[in-house]
Amino acid sequence: MTNHWTDIKNSDCILIMGSNAAENHPISFKWVTKAQEQGAKLIHVDPRFTRTSAKADMWAGLRSGSDIAVLGGLIKYILDNELYFEEYVQNYTNASFLVNEDYAFDNGVFAGYDPKTRTYDKSSWAFQMEENGVPKQDPTMQDPNCVLQLMKKHYERYSLENASRMSGLSIDELKELYSTYAATGTGDKAGTIMYAMGWTQHTVGVQNIRAMAMVQLLLGNIGVAGGGVNALRGESNVQGSTDHCLLYHILPGYLKTPKSWQDSLAAYDKDYTPVSNDPESANWWSNYPKYSASLIKSMWLNDDPATAYNYLPRLDTGAASEYAWLTLFDKMGKGKFQGLFAWGMNPACSGANAGKNREAMANLDWLVNVNIFPNETGWFWEGPDMNPETIKTEVFFLPCAVSIEKEGSVTNSGRWMQWRYKGPEPKKGTMPDGDIMYELMKEIQHLYEKEGGAYPEPVTRLTWDAIATDGVFDAHKVAKLINGFFTKDTMVKGKTFKKGQQVPSFAYLQDDGSTCSGNWLYCNSYTDKGNMAARRDTTQTPMQANIGLFPNWSWCWPVNRRVLYNRASVDLKGQPYAKNKPVIKWDGTKWVGDVPDGGWKPGTKHAFIMRKHGYGQLFGPGRADGPLPEYYEPLECPVKEHPYSGQLHNPTAIAFAEEQKAVCDPRYPLVCSTYRVTEHWQTGVMTRNIPWLVETEPQVFCEMSRNWPSSRASTTATRLSWTACAAPSGPSPSLPQGSSPSPSTATPSIRSVCLALWLDVAQERRRLRQPADPVRR
Amino acid sequence: MTVNRRRFLKLSATAAAMTAFGGLGCQHTAPAVDRATMLKPEWTKQTTTICCYCAVGCGLIVNTSLKTKKAVNVEGDPDHPVNEGSLCAKGASIYQLAENERRPEGPLYRAPFSKEFKQVSWKWALEQIAHRVKKSRDETFAVKNDKGQTVNRTEGIASLGSAALDNEECWAFQTMLRSLGLVYIEHQARI
Repeated sequence: MTNHWTDIKNSDCILIMGSNAAENHPISFKWVTKAQEQGAKLIHVDPRFTRTSAKADMWAGLRSGSDIAVLGGLIKYILDNELYFEEYVQNYTNASFLVNEDYAFDNGVFAGYDPKTRTYDKSSWAFQMEENGVPKQDPTMQDPNCVLQLMKKHYERYSLENASRMSGLSIDELKELYSTYAATGTGDKAGTIMYAMGWTQHTVGVQNIRAMAMVQLLLGNIGVAGGGVNALRGESNVQGSTDHCLLYHILPGYLKTPKSWQDSLAAYDKDYTPVSNDPESANWWSNYPKYSASLIKSMWLNDDPATAYNYLPRLDTGAASEYAWLTLFDKMGKGKFQGLFAWGMNPACSGANAGKNREAMANLDWLVNVNIFPNETGWFWEGPDMNPETIKTEVFFLPCAVSIEKEGSVTNSGRWMQWRYKGPEPKKGTMPDGDIMYELMKEIQHLYEKEGGAYPEPVTRLTWDAIATDGVFDAHKVAKLINGFFTKDTMVKGKTFKKGQQVPSFAYLQDDGSTCSGNWLYCNSYTDKGNMAARRDTTQTPMQANIGLFPNWSWCWPVNRRVLYNRASVDLKGQPYAKNKPVIKWDGTKWVGDVPDGGWKPGTKHAFIMRKHGYGQLFGPGRADGPLPEYYEPLECPVKEHPYSGQLHNPTAIAFAEEQKAVCDPRYPLVCSTYRVTEHWQTGVMTRNIPWLVETEPQVFCEMSRNWPSSRASTTATRLSWTACAAPSGPSPSLPQGSSPSPSTATPSIRSVCLALWLDVAQERRRLRQPADPVRR
Repeated sequence: MTVNRRRFLKLSATAAAMTAFGGLGCQHTAPAVDRATMLKPEWTKQTTTICCYCAVGCGLIVNTSLKTKKAVNVEGDPDHPVNEGSLCAKGASIYQLAENERRPEGPLYRAPFSKEFKQVSWKWALEQIAHRVKKSRDETFAVKNDKGQTVNRTEGIASLGSAALDNEECWAFQTMLRSLGLVYIEHQARI
C-alpha cells in the first residue's frame, strides 16, 4: 500500500476491485465504514456479489478477466472529458514527456516484439532526450509524441460500447462508475483503490494494477490522504517477506539478483544505478551501490563487499520463464531438482495446477516441509492418484512454533513494521523457524568446514553467528543487523560514528563496507534510540491526528514515512491541495505533518523521487508487457475475439506447450473461480485445524447460478461435490503411533475452500441485484 | 481513582514504550492487565502481538499462564490504532492455534517408498537434512554457465516460502539460501 489502513477513512470515493475486503480483510472495513459515514462513496467491481458488494453504494458485476476493458474505458473517459487534475498531471507525471518516434503500437502488439522469445526489445519505447541529457517535454502536452497524446490515441478504442461488450456491464453502469470515481480528480477530493488477488492472478496482472495507477496519477490521487494504490496483502508478513525478497529476481530492499554478465560488484552496480542529468531529480536509486555493498557486508561481515559479491549466485536472465513459480514446478516435473524446501507454505494446495505440482514433487529426492500442522505438501505422497510405493521422495516434516510463541516483527500491508512478543513457550517438540534455520545452517557450515565441497567459501565465510546469541536465534540481533551498523569508526555528513553503532537511517549508508545493512529500506527501524517497531505511542499533532497518521506507533518503511510520494500532495510552494486533510505542509522554514519524501525545500526537487526522472509514470517504458496497459483475454476464455485488437492473449504471458488451454471450448462452458470465507485462510492448513473456525464454517461448498439449465447443474454439482469431497472421505493422512491426528472435517483437494461457478454473468448480475442473498449450496 | 481496563492498558502501553527505548533487547513481559488478571494478578502474564493471518496487522493481547507457560486467552488490543480492539473470527481464535492437539510433537521422517511417517529426533533430522543439502549442492553446483560466465549457483535445490515468517526469519532464510547458492527461490508473493 502507498497509504495505510487507518488512512482509508480519509477517502471520498473507495473503489474495491479484485478484492472482497469485507470478507477477507474484515478489519479494513472499519475504516471503509468510517469513510462512508463521512459521505464517501463505495464502489465494488467484482464478478460475484459478496459481503463487500452488500455494503457498497454501487456493485458492478464484471465478467472475470475484463478489468482492463473497464479501466481503459475509465482512462478514456477521464481524458475525453478532461477530468484529470491538470496541475498535478503537468508537474508530477510524465504526461508531457516526448516518446521516441520509433515507438509504435499495432493490432495489440507494441514495437520491438520477438515472437520466438515472446519478449520485447524496449529500446523504441524510450523518451526523447535533450542534448543535456534531460527528457524532452512539451509543456502544452499537444505534441503527437507526448505521453498524454499517445495515451489519447492508445485508448481511443476503449469506448463505453467496447467496455460494455467485454465486461457485461451496461453503458449506464459504466457511466455511473466512471463519473463517480473521476469526481475525485480535484485537489480537495481523494479516491482510493483497494485490490487483492482478483487483480494479480491474471496474465495481465501487472497491467491491471498499472492501469489503476495511471488513473490515480491522472486524478492526482497519489501521495494524498485517502488516496494511493493499495494492495490488500493476504498474509501477516507477505509485505515483509517481499521486502526481504524471498523471490528469485530480487535481493533484500528490491535490489536486483546479479546476472551472469556482471562479473564484479562494480559492473553490477553500474547496470542498476540510474543516472539523471536533471539537477531537480533526486533519482534516489543513484544510491544503489551503498545499499548493495551494505547488504553484502551484512551477510559476510569479515569480507570486503567486492570479494563477497562473488559469493552471491548469478542468474542467466531475469526472465520469469526461467526461474519463476510456474517454471520452477515445470522443471521439477522434468526432474531438474533433487531437493525442495517448502517452508511455511503449502504449494501442493496453493499453486495453480495443484495436480501437476504434486506429481512434480514425486521427482524430488528429498523434501523439507516446515509447518505448524500436517498438510497436503508434506503428505503429497499419499494424496489423490499417488502410490507411495513408487514414490522415492524422502520427506522431513519439521513442526514449528506459532506466532505467539516467539519474538520478532511483521510488516503489515500499510508497511508498518510491528513487533511481536513471546507469550507461551513453544509447544513441546516444536521449534521457532528462526532456530530451525540457525541450527540447520550451522550444521551445513560444519559439514563444509570438515569435508570441503563445491565452492565452500560462501557457506563457510557466512557470518551466521551474527544472528544468534549464545547459540540461540536472536530476533533483536537480526533486526539490528537488518537495520545495519557501522563496521568501523566512520565519519558521514560531518558526523562521527563509532564501530558497532547503529546506522541512523539509509542516508548514512556507505558503499565501501564501512556500514552493513541487511535491508536498506529497514534502515532506521532499530537505531541507537531503540526498537522503533515496538513503539506504542499514539500521540500525534493535531494535523497528524486529523488524518490518523500515528507516526509514533510502531515504525513504517521508508524512514517512518506513512504516505508514499507525499510531496505530490502539495503544490510547488509546499501548500496542500486538500486543505481539509493535508499530509505534509511547508510552514516557511520546515515541513510539518508526515515525514516528507525528501526534506528539500518545496519546488526544488521533482516529487517522485524513486523514478529516475522524478515523475510519476503514466507511460512505463520499463514494463515487460508494454508501456501502456492493453486488453487481452485470459489464456482460457469464452471468446474467440475481442474488439480491441486481433491479439487474443497477452503475447508475453508464460505458456507451456504441453498444457492445453480451453478457448471457446464447448466442453468447458463455465468461468469458475475460487475464493475464501472469513473463517478460513489460504489453503486452510491453519484454520481447518481450529475447532471454533471449523464449527462456524465446517465444510467446502460451491455457489452456482440459478440460471443454469437444471440437468447441467445437477451433473456438474455431482461432479464438483465428488472432487471437493474426495479428500476428506479418503484415507486419513498417516502419522506415527502416538502422534496427533491430522485430518480435519474439511480437507479439500481443491485449491481453496470455496468455489464459485457462473454460467452467464450478465444474467447472474441482474438476479443478484434484486435480493442480496447469494445462493449457497 | 477507578482503574478501568482501558486505562490499565494505556498505562501499560506507556510502560511498554519506555521499555522499548530504555533498554535494547529487553523482553517485554507487558504489565497490561485484563479482567482475569485483575482478579488474580499473579496468574498470567500479558504480551502484545500481531495477528498471524491477513496483512491488516491487528494488535492482540495474549494471556499466558505463569504456571503452565501456556496461552489461556488471546483478544484484540483496544489501544491498537488499526483494529481498536476488534478482531475477525480468525484473529479471535488464535489461542486455539497454539493450544492444539493436532500439532505434531517432533519432526517426522518418511523414507523412500514408505507408506508412513515415523517420529525422529530434531538432532537426527537436522543432521540428515544438512547431509542432503550438501550432497545436492555439491552435485549440482555450477561455477560457470554454458557461455563460460561465472554464475556460482546451486541448480538442484529449490525453495518455496514464506510470508508466514517474521521479518528477521525471512532475512535469515534468504541469507541461508543465497549463501548456499540457490536461485530458485519463490514464495506466496508470487502467487
